[in-house]
Amino acid sequence: MQEAFAAALERWPRDGAPQNPGAWLLTTARNRAIDRIRREQNLRRKTELLAALHVEEPVQEDETIPDERLSLIFACCHPALATEAQVALTLRTLGGLTTDEIARAFLVPEPTMAQRLVRAKQKIRAAGIPFRVPPDHLLPERVRSVLAVVYLIFNEGYGPPPRAELCEEAIRLGKVLALLMPDEAEGLGLLALMLLHDARRAARLDAQGELVLLDDQDRSLWDSARIEEGRRVLDRALPLRRPGPYQLQAAIASLHLEPETDWAEIAALYERLAELAPSPVVELNRAVAVAMAEGPEQGLALIDGIEGLDGYRHLHSARADLLRRLGRDDESAAAYSRALELASQPAERAFLVRRLAEVRSTA
Amino acid sequence: MQYMLLIYGDQNGWETLSEAERGEMMQAYGSFSQELRDSGSLVAGDALEPTETATTVRVRDDETLTTDGPFAETKEQLGGYYLVEADSLDEAIGWAAKIPGARYGSVEVRPVVVFEEDGS
Repeated sequence: MQEAFAAALERWPRDGAPQNPGAWLLTTARNRAIDRIRREQNLRRKTELLAALHVEEPVQEDETIPDERLSLIFACCHPALATEAQVALTLRTLGGLTTDEIARAFLVPEPTMAQRLVRAKQKIRAAGIPFRVPPDHLLPERVRSVLAVVYLIFNEGYGPPPRAELCEEAIRLGKVLALLMPDEAEGLGLLALMLLHDARRAARLDAQGELVLLDDQDRSLWDSARIEEGRRVLDRALPLRRPGPYQLQAAIASLHLEPETDWAEIAALYERLAELAPSPVVELNRAVAVAMAEGPEQGLALIDGIEGLDGYRHLHSARADLLRRLGRDDESAAAYSRALELASQPAERAFLVRRLAEVRSTA
Repeated sequence: MQYMLLIYGDQNGWETLSEAERGEMMQAYGSFSQELRDSGSLVAGDALEPTETATTVRVRDDETLTTDGPFAETKEQLGGYYLVEADSLDEAIGWAAKIPGARYGSVEVRPVVVFEEDGS
């Protein structure tokens, strides 16, 4: 049985996406019992496929079982694999990227990435990582794991520095998941979130490659079709009535794209997000939203109550910004300096240097 | 497939347990072993004496060298094992998570190698 997994792992990347995915994709998640029977019937065929792989004969797309695709996603994102291996495997076997492209996207030498992929495939085979849609009692945890991998790929691509091919791959994977698991509210939430973020991609950096803040972005560069698409996907998720972190973040992203930003609503959504997925970073975002809705003093009070983020540059840049608005330029300069110590991306550093010079000149 | 579930924990932790807690622990292992046996998945399982009783053996240049104690001094020691039959890593992880020691220390899940000659 394990050999069959190896066969599928080898085969998918070469063959790419099935030609007509939609029709069969929709029904697969509901047809697990039928899957199992079919898979057993096809075991012999798979063994033959493996033999074919050894002589490097391409396998015809129309011979593959559609349901394998979802099973393969779960195998690639199995929590027994290291996260970086999950990401690499998912991109290689389900995305359309070559090993070399993945290596470049993650800034590692090609042989290192090839080795990482080989090791991950060996572990799948040797450890008996199952090639199937997990049973119901494991499904919620495994779905979370799959969504986390896709979101990680997206965030790697979102940068800075931006790598559009990773964002495109993550969105493509998100669409496949939305088709395969149409009732997974968080799967839809993640797809909506990625679409809504990605819609602003062209406006996030200026001609010099420097970061442009949301307020200062040229809205004519936003991709309105992508925004509409993201909102439609989110509208499909919400009636399922199973709120989760991705849906909340997508709702927040959607509000940020309105002509007039409703900061009070955004602050309320962050508060709910902090309940569902508590983290100091969420608290920081909430503090920023509160600062916008109620004033910099209220935001600053919340920021100063956050623990465990002293090494996080965005905390210091957000603090610096609020202090600057309050006219406390000396403290603002100190906070910008701290953010600058922690920032490594050129575009972000350039922005912080500019801001630091501004507050120093008025201090 | 067969998986070895290696149970690691701080063996000194046992000393700090009360009589009642030790009884509970023994009972928990007893019922886990029974569940494993009833399911037909148990191949073997044992608890090990503490590392103070361990002897490490090496053969160099045909000479047998024995030293007192375990191969490596670590914070957590191998305290026992189960050998189980499972259809996949997921099932093996399911058993590992039910081992009482997993609540205190950790359980390493290792697939057992099947050599081609076995014909299995």
